[in-house]
Amino acid sequence: MSLAVFAVFASLATISALVVVLHRNPVYSVMSLVVTLVSVAALFVLLGAPFLGALQILVYTGAILVLFLFVIMLLNVGREDTDSGGGGQRVVALIAAALFGGLIALLFWARYQGLRVPTLTPEAVALRPLARELLSTYLLPFEIVGVLLLAAVIAATVLAAKNPPSGGASSS
Amino acid sequence: MRALDLLWLVPLLPLAGSALNALLGPRVARPLTTAVALGAPGLSLAISLMAVWTYATTVFPLPFEQVLYAWTTGELSIDVAFLLDPLSSVMVVVVTLVGFLIHVYSVGYMGDDSGYQRYFSYLNLFMGAMLLLVLGNNFLVMFVGWEGVGLCSYLLIGYYYEEEFPPYAGRKAFIVNRIGDFAFLVGLFALVARFGTLDYGEVFAAVASDPHGVEEPYLLGLSFAGFVTLCLFIGAIGKSAQLPLYVWLPDAMAGPTPVSALIHAATMVTAGVYMVVRTNVLYQLAPGTSALVATVGAVTALFAATIAFAQTDIKKVLAYSTVSQLGYMFLGAGVGAYSAAIFHLGTHAFFKALLFLGSGSVIHAMSGEQDMRRMGGLKKALPVTFATFAIATVAISGIPPLAGFFSKDQILAGAWGEHKVLWAIGLVTAGLTACYMFRALLMTFYGRFRGTDEVRSHLHESPTVMTLPLVVLAVGSALAGLIGIPKLGTLDINWFGHFLAPVVAPVGHAGEHGHHASLGLELLLMGVSVAAAVGGIWMAWRTYGGERGLAGGEAWAIRFPTAHRILTNKYYVDEIYDATVIKGTWSAARGLFRFDAGFIDGFLVNGSRHVTVAVSLLSGFFDKYVIDGVVNLSGWVMRACSRLFRSLQTGLVSQYALVVAVGMLVLTGFYLVVRLG
Amino acid sequence: MTVPVVWYLLLAAVLFTIGTFGALTRRNGIAIFLSIELMLNAANLAIVAFSRIALESGDLKSMLNGQILVLFVLAVAAAEAAVGLALFIAVYRDKRTIDINRLNLMRW
Repeated sequence: MSLAVFAVFASLATISALVVVLHRNPVYSVMSLVVTLVSVAALFVLLGAPFLGALQILVYTGAILVLFLFVIMLLNVGREDTDSGGGGQRVVALIAAALFGGLIALLFWARYQGLRVPTLTPEAVALRPLARELLSTYLLPFEIVGVLLLAAVIAATVLAAKNPPSGGASSS
Repeated sequence: MRALDLLWLVPLLPLAGSALNALLGPRVARPLTTAVALGAPGLSLAISLMAVWTYATTVFPLPFEQVLYAWTTGELSIDVAFLLDPLSSVMVVVVTLVGFLIHVYSVGYMGDDSGYQRYFSYLNLFMGAMLLLVLGNNFLVMFVGWEGVGLCSYLLIGYYYEEEFPPYAGRKAFIVNRIGDFAFLVGLFALVARFGTLDYGEVFAAVASDPHGVEEPYLLGLSFAGFVTLCLFIGAIGKSAQLPLYVWLPDAMAGPTPVSALIHAATMVTAGVYMVVRTNVLYQLAPGTSALVATVGAVTALFAATIAFAQTDIKKVLAYSTVSQLGYMFLGAGVGAYSAAIFHLGTHAFFKALLFLGSGSVIHAMSGEQDMRRMGGLKKALPVTFATFAIATVAISGIPPLAGFFSKDQILAGAWGEHKVLWAIGLVTAGLTACYMFRALLMTFYGRFRGTDEVRSHLHESPTVMTLPLVVLAVGSALAGLIGIPKLGTLDINWFGHFLAPVVAPVGHAGEHGHHASLGLELLLMGVSVAAAVGGIWMAWRTYGGERGLAGGEAWAIRFPTAHRILTNKYYVDEIYDATVIKGTWSAARGLFRFDAGFIDGFLVNGSRHVTVAVSLLSGFFDKYVIDGVVNLSGWVMRACSRLFRSLQTGLVSQYALVVAVGMLVLTGFYLVVRLG
Repeated sequence: MTVPVVWYLLLAAVLFTIGTFGALTRRNGIAIFLSIELMLNAANLAIVAFSRIALESGDLKSMLNGQILVLFVLAVAAAEAAVGLALFIAVYRDKRTIDINRLNLMRW
């Protein structure tokens, strides 16, 4: 059963990821990325991290990608005319990426080939230990991430709101 | 003892007065200036009289010392300290008394002068410095006073600085004095090197305790005592205007007449005599220097007296008379008659100050005229001046019982005991002195008036503020001699000699100087000197007396034209100095200038300029083609490299990212090869 | 029939490769951004897989560490997206484009 689920979501993720990278229209790219991220979230659940899966859907698809959509529509950028660097750039990039991915895959394969893990018990996927760990051992990083987010909010506000010639609020 | 404890105020008060008048300047009213100017030396006089009286009645014969504070400490420790002993007592009384009287006189004499405050500031400063000189208990304090009076002398000779001659005369006095001061300093250095102290008491005690030590050969074939006394004597020659450094004193008459009286007759110029007597312990052990002192004194006395004959300027006559009388004092000091020298110093201060002030009164009346040939018959117009001037003239001539007789007679007696030639010179000088002084008296006050009618109409006796000091000084000139009547057989009332005895006590084996002539010889010597004086007066009367006027003198000049010319030109000494020392200095300076212009400027400076120019041209070429070449080369290399490398910087972010990815790929591959391969 | 863990890792490698290719070839700044998000997610997937492997060696704590690391990556990705998008807005306002090949002020 889980093998079938994995096969469905893995192929879904791969296909939608290819669409993200290859489609000329950014809006389509964003929409495919939503599919990819949801698929990965499903795989998270399959790996025994349902909380992360839920968070992935909430934060990524619910917040970040919506923000992307807003910005794309705000700037009204259309399709790209040509690809950057011409065909040579594309070929070199493809070879480099493939080689790199192949190398990593080779590494993983050599190390973990044949390792099987059993289905998790409910205790292992319980949320409480995770929450306790996060708010005790990782309390300080947790707070720092909060500060980081605050700083990011302020920075984004300042950057986006600044309109040097007119001095008014954000308006393009 | 209260008055003695106030001793430090004696020099300080005039110094304070000087500073006060200098600070107040001409802004304040004249009466205030006068009050300060007279109050300071007046108080100083009162304190010094009380102090000396207390000293003479209580501490005497021991010296009294008052240490104010330590000036230097360490290896050479010198105190600022004052010493009151018989010698300084006499000096203090003379300086403060005569000084105060001349201050009073100056109020009248300088009354119309615009530099009134400046004058009195200088005069008070002089008083303070002179008192420092005579009261100091060590050589360094004396030296400070010595230089201080030299400075005041310079300032006051050049007082009329708007005119041409006075500043020149001031410079001349200053430079000539420098020669003596230099020798003085060398003497002090020798003392410090030998004894490590400059305190009178310590130095003299060290000398007295080991008289033979200072007589051993020291330098230049001289004994230590001989060397030091020679140095000190050269200092005294400069300050006291003896041969060959006397030339500044006649020119110093360019200053105001009261200054001539105070500084260049009564006090400062006698500092040399005071110094010699003060160091008599050393002089007694240096017979060679003492003989030199006596010889220089005697020759100067005679030399200056002859010059005085041919002078027509009344102040010049008195100036050469001062040089002559100072020579007398040195004669006395040189033959060991120290107390007689100081005695003559004191009496001379009175009558010479009186003569100068009298001449000042005459010049005042004559509207500034100083040439005796234009005077004559002033007896009636200036009765008080005439009377006092006459008393002083008789006193300096050595007619008993006036002051000059006793002091001069004691010096002659001392000279007789030392060497008959010295005595003879002294005797001739005494006669000449009487003669030229009466010549001056007769030319000025007797005969017909030879000036213009305008001057005659302005003739007037000086105001009381000027005549009063004349009268006081006249009393002093008449009676001062009575305190030092020489010992005649069993009759011994030489109060002055006894008072001074502790200071001039014989040292070591030099004690045999205490010769005492018999009563008969003593009376004979007196008689001869009086006869010489009377002879001189008779000569003067024969030549200038009655209604003869200038004719008598001119007759002499015609009869001895060469002698007259030489004397009128003062033996050409100034000309000789001019031709040798001054011309020499000038030509040396000119030579140095040529050396400067030719060798230094021409060869060294210009030469080095040429060398520098050549070197810089060379280094310019080097710079241009080698250094700049290297610089340009490196620039060219950089440009070539950047042309090569800038093609990599496309500005395309994708390309940069691709490079990053390839780099990552290489790194990962390398990792795999290392870890797994 | 359970899934071998290595498959998850291979999937992560594939997704990462696709993301890298996209980041290297796209000219639209926002598209590059999307590719980078993809790469981040691939990394997250690998981390979760590793944490699962860690659990098998008997350590619950190790697994939690991996999951919390993913949590932080999510948070940083969110912050990055916010600032990055704001930057693009600012750049666009100035240049009227977000084509990175035209943003070449740094070029010689």
